[in-house]
Amino acid sequence: MKITLTLKIWRQKNSQERGCFETYKLPEIDTDMSFLEMLDVLNEQLTKEGKEPVAFDHDCREGICGTCGAVVNGQPHGPLASTTLCQLHMRHFKNNQTIVIEPWRAKGFPVIKDLVVNRSAFDRVIAAGGFISVKTGSAPEANSIPIPKDHAELAMDAASCIGCGACVAACPNASAMLFVAAKVSHLALLPQGKIEAKRRVKNMVEQMDREGFGNCSNEYECEAACPKNISVSTIACMNREYRSSKP
Amino acid sequence: MLNSKIPEGPLKDKWTKHKAKLKLVNPANKRKYHVLVVGTGLAGASAAASLSELGYNVKAFCIQDSPRRAHSIAAQGGINAAKNYPNDGDSVYRLFGDTIKGGDFRAREANVYRLAEVSNSIIDQCTAQGVPFAREYSGYLENRSFGGAQVSRTFYCRGQTGQQLLLGAYGALMKEVTHGNVQLFPRTEMLDLVVIDGVARGIVTRNLINGKIESHAADAIVLATGGYSNVFYLSTNAKACNVTALWRAHKKGAYLANPCFTQIHPTCIPVHGDYQSKLTLMSESLRNDGRVWVPKNKGDQRCPKDIPEQERDYFLERKYPNFGNLVPRDLASRNAKMQCDEGKGVGPTGQAVYLDFADAIKRLGEKTILERYGNLFEMYERITGVNAYKKPMMIYPALHYAMGGLWVDYNLMSNLPGLFVIGEANFSDHGANRLGASALMQGLADGYFVLPYTIGDYLAPRPFGQIKTDFAEFKQAEKQIKEKTDYLLHIKGKRTADDFHRQLGKLLWHKCGMARNEAGLKEALKEILKIRDEFWKNVAVPGSGEDLNQSLEHAGRVADYMEFAQLLVQDALHRKESCGGHFREESQTPEGEALRDDAHFCYVAAWEFQGLEKEPVLHKEELKFEEIQLAQRNYK
Repeated sequence: MKITLTLKIWRQKNSQERGCFETYKLPEIDTDMSFLEMLDVLNEQLTKEGKEPVAFDHDCREGICGTCGAVVNGQPHGPLASTTLCQLHMRHFKNNQTIVIEPWRAKGFPVIKDLVVNRSAFDRVIAAGGFISVKTGSAPEANSIPIPKDHAELAMDAASCIGCGACVAACPNASAMLFVAAKVSHLALLPQGKIEAKRRVKNMVEQMDREGFGNCSNEYECEAACPKNISVSTIACMNREYRSSKP
Repeated sequence: MLNSKIPEGPLKDKWTKHKAKLKLVNPANKRKYHVLVVGTGLAGASAAASLSELGYNVKAFCIQDSPRRAHSIAAQGGINAAKNYPNDGDSVYRLFGDTIKGGDFRAREANVYRLAEVSNSIIDQCTAQGVPFAREYSGYLENRSFGGAQVSRTFYCRGQTGQQLLLGAYGALMKEVTHGNVQLFPRTEMLDLVVIDGVARGIVTRNLINGKIESHAADAIVLATGGYSNVFYLSTNAKACNVTALWRAHKKGAYLANPCFTQIHPTCIPVHGDYQSKLTLMSESLRNDGRVWVPKNKGDQRCPKDIPEQERDYFLERKYPNFGNLVPRDLASRNAKMQCDEGKGVGPTGQAVYLDFADAIKRLGEKTILERYGNLFEMYERITGVNAYKKPMMIYPALHYAMGGLWVDYNLMSNLPGLFVIGEANFSDHGANRLGASALMQGLADGYFVLPYTIGDYLAPRPFGQIKTDFAEFKQAEKQIKEKTDYLLHIKGKRTADDFHRQLGKLLWHKCGMARNEAGLKEALKEILKIRDEFWKNVAVPGSGEDLNQSLEHAGRVADYMEFAQLLVQDALHRKESCGGHFREESQTPEGEALRDDAHFCYVAAWEFQGLEKEPVLHKEELKFEEIQLAQRNYK
């Protein structure tokens, strides 16, 4: 099936200049296309007209690298639950629909160009402690520490975070609590992660605050926007860890 | 003949003895050496972290906005290791043997044995990093089976093993950014290798945000820039995966080995439109429980559930009763193509076969299938709109992995001193076909457990920090890059780089894809020249070189594909035998299986660049099989 769309896309030349919405008409869009393929078609058309295409981040296009993301009609990654933008297909839109596309908006994620934002704050939060400090070569035999299956499964649930930033974009406070909590919970649930747990949570939370992310006020918007279904219960876990890290 | 520097002695002792003899750099001196690591996937991130832990100064570069996004993240199924936890007869020797045989006897025995040998340490390392591998109720690690093996040796994290291993390596890397000696350069693309007096001495990069061209000098350079499957346009690789770093190193003198060894993965979601930008892989682990079939009658349009059992052809189970649906990838792919070529393909395009879980659901229940493959079924439904619990999946092969890459010796160093190549970017371990769950193993083996030893041996006798970025060679490279960028921006043609890329990819898929023949390859060579010629006259690259310009980035990569494609086809043309993923129609057994020609082609073909207008020079590395007898592969 083919549909015709009106797109209102945020265009911004660079981080200094002010941006604005531009409107584009896009006829004959096949509903089997992915959302990013629809943007490819627009960009192909703009390039042929001698105009600059819309800059947007994307890479694996299978929902795992966490590179893509935009706010579509007010929702990060668009209307479909548990889905990254690259995995959203045009069959979920109607003929003659207007689609508003904006970048993630948060103090911690400055716009670089059009829909591309700078998420290096996330890297700095991880660098503050989102790891187990084991050096190459010093690991014991893998089966020497058994881990209950349910703990491993919960750790895996939290570890599924792809670091896309939708949680921040969805939060009215632009809080990064879900992202930080996912990593804190993943490692706190495993015996290997417990040794550095106190230092980890303290350092990561401090870095999160320094980056200008807001606080959590229990809106649960992050969980609703998360393409990987990371649960807000990880935030409870992080708060517990944080409390116990205080002397 | 190339010297691969394989150590003397019995196969099982080579690596141990070699490690004991490698020269060491004094701990106080390590911080005086600078190493550049390009690429932050499994190989690059693990190498950069491990080198920094040892005390070297490391600069790590990636084109993504964060090192965590490298394409290793998309690997789904798992990672092999010879732990033998299931007690089913596995061993280092068996993993080695399966990998050599799976690679159709075109890999180097010594490298593959070492790979199998360090595989167990990888599982230990990753578990210690907090990688949440699947576990039994006992709390111990669980395994599953993969193609090309009769033991269960694959460790996995649901369908996201690559993601979890990469996040482990990324964590290690970020730890070193904070506590060690790693300086990170995200959104930075390597555009040239600088070679001074025959030695690799640095790279030139472009900052993708502000367009700044910069030089970096170092004592050693490590390329971990992945594979080149995207030369085919449609592949399962991420959109940013490219051949640029490899190709530019090749143009500076590094030999490129076996570029025609490309892997086509059997279980991908079929192509459905011209606008399609990439193909999505469904993990091979699905073949553990899914059964591959087509209707026995040509053009049978019935709904799959209306086709009775006796009118279905489970062609893999029929032809390969021993391995059934778990034959290696090249066989599974080629057989699917054969069925479709005979007109038995299914779906709207006829370019697909069924992968059916009905029997497995009956046997194990929907819950177990959900636990094992839930995310894959979800992914399938999201893309196709079809629920695979109710209807069989449709799959078709797609380009997936490059076994070929830059030539390296046993120490993972290319023919250019100082240039090391690790992970998918080198050619070394998978021969003509890679077995499932072995790419993750190789990337991490190279980065954690091989390179950190061998790089010291290279550095130890050399004085450090001799080269500065104001040397003429750096200035020259910077100038050439700027000129090329300006040229691309000033063509102002009518076609996009994507359009050219698609044209080139289609050509390669048809003439140099799952089956290749002399006439087709020769036509392809002519066509490539035509497309390349038009590219340089008619490509449209909008915008400027001084800011984020994704069109410019892509155009530069497509320009390199246009040149690289020629070598890929030349290599395919020269290798008149069939082996692994390289199937020459002229060389097949009466049953239509790949027929190797060991008398003439039992070597690695490493090509030396001579200029685009000249034929490349072929250097051969003879492959000697001392442990495993050369034999026709037989999975029947």
